[in-house]
Amino acid sequence: MKDFRLSAFSQPTILAGSVIILIFVLTACLAPLIAGDPLSFDPLNRLKKPSESFFFGTDQLGRDLYSRVVYGTRVSLIVGLSVALIATSIGLILGIICGYLERVDAIVMRVMDGMMAIPSILLAIALITLMKASLLIVIVAIAIPEIPRVVRLVRSVVLGVKALPYIEAAIASGTKTKRLMIRHILPSTIPPLIVQATYVCASAILTEAGLSFLGAGTPPEIPSWGNLISGGRAFFQISPWIIFFPGLMLAITVLAINLIGDGMRDSLDPRIAKRI
Amino acid sequence: MAIVALFVFFLLHLTPGDPAAVIAGDDAGPAEIEGVRQKLGLDRPVYEQFAIYVSNLAKGDLGTSIFSNMPVLQLVKQRLEPTLVLAVTTLTLAVLIAIPMGVIAAWKVRSWIDRFIMGLSVLGFAVPVFVVGYVLIYIFSIELRWFPVQGYKPLANGVLDTLRSVALPSLALALVYTALIARMTRASMIEVLSEDYIRTARAKGASQYAVLIRHALKNAAVPIVTVIGLGLTLLISGVVITETVFNIPGLGRLTVDAILKRDYPIIQGLIILFAGVKVLVNLCIDISYAFFDPRIRYGQ
Repeated sequence: MKDFRLSAFSQPTILAGSVIILIFVLTACLAPLIAGDPLSFDPLNRLKKPSESFFFGTDQLGRDLYSRVVYGTRVSLIVGLSVALIATSIGLILGIICGYLERVDAIVMRVMDGMMAIPSILLAIALITLMKASLLIVIVAIAIPEIPRVVRLVRSVVLGVKALPYIEAAIASGTKTKRLMIRHILPSTIPPLIVQATYVCASAILTEAGLSFLGAGTPPEIPSWGNLISGGRAFFQISPWIIFFPGLMLAITVLAINLIGDGMRDSLDPRIAKRI
Repeated sequence: MAIVALFVFFLLHLTPGDPAAVIAGDDAGPAEIEGVRQKLGLDRPVYEQFAIYVSNLAKGDLGTSIFSNMPVLQLVKQRLEPTLVLAVTTLTLAVLIAIPMGVIAAWKVRSWIDRFIMGLSVLGFAVPVFVVGYVLIYIFSIELRWFPVQGYKPLANGVLDTLRSVALPSLALALVYTALIARMTRASMIEVLSEDYIRTARAKGASQYAVLIRHALKNAAVPIVTVIGLGLTLLISGVVITETVFNIPGLGRLTVDAILKRDYPIIQGLIILFAGVKVLVNLCIDISYAFFDPRIRYGQ
């Protein structure tokens, strides 16, 4: 664990990714200070090109795109972080139980296989339309299809660790199952789990944007990047900047998170890294 | 498959949201809603609905659309062609670009060209397909006018027109797939190239091309083929979005429209269809292993 942490920060890709993410986090936190009201509209300034008064131009209602993109950062980061947190914690618990208790394993893994056969974006759209669309529902709907991959990863690590002599020694010296799982097995699943969490986070941000783009995601009144792109669809031929700027931000954010993930994976034990 | 069917059925039926109320319309009274519910059999207990559903499924009947009253299978047939063409061109494009890229990157590992190719692949994972789609439309359709902006031309009106209409969508969709396959090709090739028999092949004077393609690539193929299959779900998700960007009337649009209208039979039918395709592809991939690696044999 300690080696993992030390070597992680010596990777240049992690450093670069972290700096970019830090800038986005600051942007999200300071949104009210650095941007205007993302919802105020001005019919006189509709579909204006990027200029000094409107850095990124304006949309079809004359709303300042720069402010909307800045506020959109909040939605994307919140979705990415919460999905990563929910999916990895549920996946961790299920994965450890599955790896350790064979009877539960058979049932849970079949359900996971079934879930994995359904394309995640369709599962998410189905979940969202069946409930009332809100940011929380979007987060839950994106998190659920991400769980099976986490469970598989954790389970495979647990199965590998379980065969090691120190676990046998712990059982022989009378360690209780619960303590065995938490104290002896859990720690070795953490480094690969953190790497997986970064990928889940990146894919969640992309999925949220995709869902909002299809009109089945974050409620349209919330300025998320996907909603901005979705709103600009009809005006794409005359004012492409409405799609271009949120798209660019989306790509940079996901790129930065993936860089962090790749860097961390490279500093993992290669035998474990192969499973991700 | 059975688990998928069970899962989809209960997911759709146990979550809130009443299709009878949606179909009857906003100003329908409780009596009208009840009438619609009886007509669709939604008033029966859940287990009875499930039994009917399974017995129909076994007969190859995916159900009837609640809104258009057309059999789901017929709707699927109508929309199948664009999606199939798009999927095939995307797959071909991705494999044709990705495998040479991966081989070159592995051959010149740690050189600038390797770094460049891997950089591109990281980028390919990060840019969402709808953004790529619009950028491509802007450059090639609006500025250069080389390709039609949106829409799909059926195969019956000429293959060339069809290919022109799916060129940009497949390119946009192929990006993620290319990144995935190129990465796996590189990793798998690097591993194979360090084997002893590669050194033997070089020592006996085999040409660079022969070593890379005949000796190494064939042995590196199993993980590459696996990742192509795993990427299929990625492709299906991508198809849904790409069809919206490029206005292609395929299965992806059908699915999204059905979900937005809560047309249960269509959603169920399509998800089972997608899952079935995935199982079939996995089977084909398993069989192909024996071709690439004769040590793997089945049915003994």
